[in-house]
Amino acid sequence: MTTNPVGLYLHIPFCEKKCRYCDFYSFSADENTKQAYVNELIRRIDKYGETLKCKADTLYIGGGTPSLLAPVQIERLVSEAKKVFLTDDAEITVEANPHSSLPEFLKAAAASGVNRMSFGLQSSNENELRFLGRKATPAELENAVKSAFSAGIENISADLMIGLEGQSESSLLKSAEFALGLGVKHISAYILKLEENTPLYKMRDCLALPDEDETANLYLSLCDYLTSKNTLQYEISNFSFRGFESRHNLKYWRCEEYLGIGASAHSFINGRRFYFTRDINAFLNGNEPVPDGDGGGEEEYIMLKLRLAQGINFDEFEKRFSHPFDEKKKEKARLLKEKGLVNIDESGVSLTRNGFLLSNSVICELI
Amino acid sequence: MEQKKTHIRNFSIIAHIDHGKSTLADRLLELTESVSQRDMTEQLLDNMELERERGITIKSHAVTLDYTAADGEKYELNLIDTPGHVDFNYEVSRSLAACEGALLVVDASQGIEAQTLANTYLALDHDLEIVPIINKIDLPAADSDRVAAEIEDIIGLDCSTAPRISAKTGLNTEQVLEKIVEDIPCPSGDDDAPLRALIFDSVYDSYKGVIVYVRVVDGTVKVGDTMRMMATGAEFNVVEAGVMRATSMENRGVLRAGEVGYLTGSIKTVGDARVGDTVTTAEKPAKEPLPGYRKVNPMVFCGIYPADGADYENLREALEKLQLNDAALSFEPETSGALGFGFRCGFLGLLHLEIIQERLEREYNLNLVTTIPSVEYKIHLTSGETVIIDNPTNYPDPATINYSEEPMTAAHIYSPPEYVGTIMDLCQDRRGEYKGMTYLATDRVDIAYDLPLNEIIYDFFDALKSRTRGYASFDYEFKDYVRSNLVKLDVLLNGDGIDALSFIIHADKAYPRARKIAEKLKENIPRQMFEIPIQIAIGGKVIARETVKAMRKDVLAKCYGGDITRKKKLLEKQKEGKKRMRQFGTVEVPQEAFMAVLKLDDD
Repeated sequence: MTTNPVGLYLHIPFCEKKCRYCDFYSFSADENTKQAYVNELIRRIDKYGETLKCKADTLYIGGGTPSLLAPVQIERLVSEAKKVFLTDDAEITVEANPHSSLPEFLKAAAASGVNRMSFGLQSSNENELRFLGRKATPAELENAVKSAFSAGIENISADLMIGLEGQSESSLLKSAEFALGLGVKHISAYILKLEENTPLYKMRDCLALPDEDETANLYLSLCDYLTSKNTLQYEISNFSFRGFESRHNLKYWRCEEYLGIGASAHSFINGRRFYFTRDINAFLNGNEPVPDGDGGGEEEYIMLKLRLAQGINFDEFEKRFSHPFDEKKKEKARLLKEKGLVNIDESGVSLTRNGFLLSNSVICELI
Repeated sequence: MEQKKTHIRNFSIIAHIDHGKSTLADRLLELTESVSQRDMTEQLLDNMELERERGITIKSHAVTLDYTAADGEKYELNLIDTPGHVDFNYEVSRSLAACEGALLVVDASQGIEAQTLANTYLALDHDLEIVPIINKIDLPAADSDRVAAEIEDIIGLDCSTAPRISAKTGLNTEQVLEKIVEDIPCPSGDDDAPLRALIFDSVYDSYKGVIVYVRVVDGTVKVGDTMRMMATGAEFNVVEAGVMRATSMENRGVLRAGEVGYLTGSIKTVGDARVGDTVTTAEKPAKEPLPGYRKVNPMVFCGIYPADGADYENLREALEKLQLNDAALSFEPETSGALGFGFRCGFLGLLHLEIIQERLEREYNLNLVTTIPSVEYKIHLTSGETVIIDNPTNYPDPATINYSEEPMTAAHIYSPPEYVGTIMDLCQDRRGEYKGMTYLATDRVDIAYDLPLNEIIYDFFDALKSRTRGYASFDYEFKDYVRSNLVKLDVLLNGDGIDALSFIIHADKAYPRARKIAEKLKENIPRQMFEIPIQIAIGGKVIARETVKAMRKDVLAKCYGGDITRKKKLLEKQKEGKKRMRQFGTVEVPQEAFMAVLKLDDD
């Protein structure tokens, strides 16, 4: 039985329209579907509450576009989660995109206890936004963030993307400057990856994306810029002012447990991983999630923890796995240190910024 | 059913690649109703997958056809297929030795090629009756009269009654069967003499053991006899004796003088039934074996290593199995600092090497790393000792070398005259020594060169074909060893010498070759976590260098909402991919890099 508080994730698979790079499970849906879906989420929250009997100290409502829910729907979800799972000090995050009814949504959300918003900015450059198929303009995003502040939510994150067609160092840094100028406390900056079954992937041969070196340089410039503005890079792609790290996402990277409810949501509970299929009807019909094997093993732990700037602490590792961190791996890490990819000392091992850029290769060496 | 010797015909087909040998063989099978239409796949005789893809016949097979001729008599026709490539000369000679005649198939639009000519002379050496056949007369470019005249001029064969056919459409192919019966002599031989049967091929079968293809020259062999291989002395109880049909084996229980067929006897390895050996019986042994047996000598050597060290024993087994079918393949264990445990293998030529490598990979599902092929050099040391080196790793300290020798071949290139210039450029570039030129016909010359073997084993044939738009053909044989100024090139990656990439080369070629190798390695070694200097050196002196830039970005950015499994799978896949590469110190080198170094074109 899980004793530490877990993270709770609710997936809202609704979007006004699909962005060209996105392969998350989302689609546009009518009001009846949304209502049925929210009802089913609540039913399942209750059910899990009875069987798991654990607490959650974070709630993350992601998507899709959760802000497309009606104000009453977000209120119902959050209050049910609070009633069943959440601790008093829980971090409650909702993802949002600008749209006409957003201010009402934000008011309802704040009133129900939401204390963190994550906005999909991606870029403040109109050409780059068009390339991604993003609807909202920078001005609309600015208004959205303002509405969040006026609703009383100050812990705000914005997403940026690196490696877009036509993106230059200056356009990227302008986007970052724009985000910081809005007063956000947290920035997630992901390198564009062309996922199969997305429109961008199908167009991949006609795209003029920055090459490997250019993308790497963009990433490093952004890291430099954001840290020069007093944010901390606490994970490969995540930056925040002190104390504003995403507590929910940290659970993933610390290999801690979480319960994900909703179509396509993944869970890691009591050492087991399981997930709901990407099928809203299966979810609405009450289908059970699919088992996905045991989780939390050594490889997983190393893979996830090395994404964090803090990396792996050897004492913590030993406490968790009841044996010391493998000497051979330390040896490999020391070789990688010579190449400037890894930091290693008596207390632990972590990746450098260049190591972050090569994290797949580096982690492959260390698992 | 016993067949009178007068009603047996044993023959093979000589043809240049693409001149229609396999298609003609298919037609003969069809005409003799050896195969039902339904079973007829194109080019049935080439039943190895690889053979079909390459469009060449690698190993010989035999098939027995029943034919009722125009005279109303029933004949047994034994078609013995022959390999068509310069690497397999010895096997061709054994197949020919099993026949009384050969069909010479010539493309009506192309004329005689070097390979055809070489095999025709081989057949004439064996006193075979040659039946010329002009094929592909349906092609718009066909010029049967010209080709007939060429055959008459060059080989001196009368072509006035040569069938002019299209094996593809079937036109006039029935004439071929009649010509076989009319022109090719029947076999002779004494059924009661001690058994002497020539092994012209042997194939390993997992149920029957080695299937030995033989031509019975003298005597009779029956199921239950004890067969004895005269060269190896190995003895086996005959389990089956019969003939090969197009799609099955027909165990007749007995084979007599003049017949072509197969024997089985729970023979475990082809090493016990080598091509060219003579089968007799222990009960009534022959005094002398048939002439012509020799253990074929490999000319080209390379190291073959399992990509995964755990596959070493599997590789050994696979090589042993291939050797069952291929007496020309040699191998012995060796170790490499870079590659671990593997085998030094000997081949007839580069094509032979490639075929073995592909078969190991496809049929035995092995991942291999192959080192750069080498020939055998004779190194004369200042001590007076002579060492034979086929592995650059064993190359002696240059200070101890008095002089070196390399194998030289006598090569003939047959081509239309307009390509003489470009061919001479190529041969010159390959350190060839011009020996003369003969006009075989107005549009065909024979250019003779002495060419060092190590210049032709890599890609000479490819270069020749591309320079002559495929019109030139090529044949060579080993001549002798000649003095040569050799050096050993070493490849260093990230400062570490890679023994598996070293090779021996003529000093004049060292610089350009070194530059090319460096470039090829750069193209084929993927960017890794750090910069990789590539250096090519003679002794301690670096003569070429390149750098593989460090990889900059290899990161899974997104978190996929807690889908850790997906992330883990991606990493596992990546790790799996790395396994397919060879680790040299800190550098990973994919198999393609070895292959690229091996195949340096002249482009």
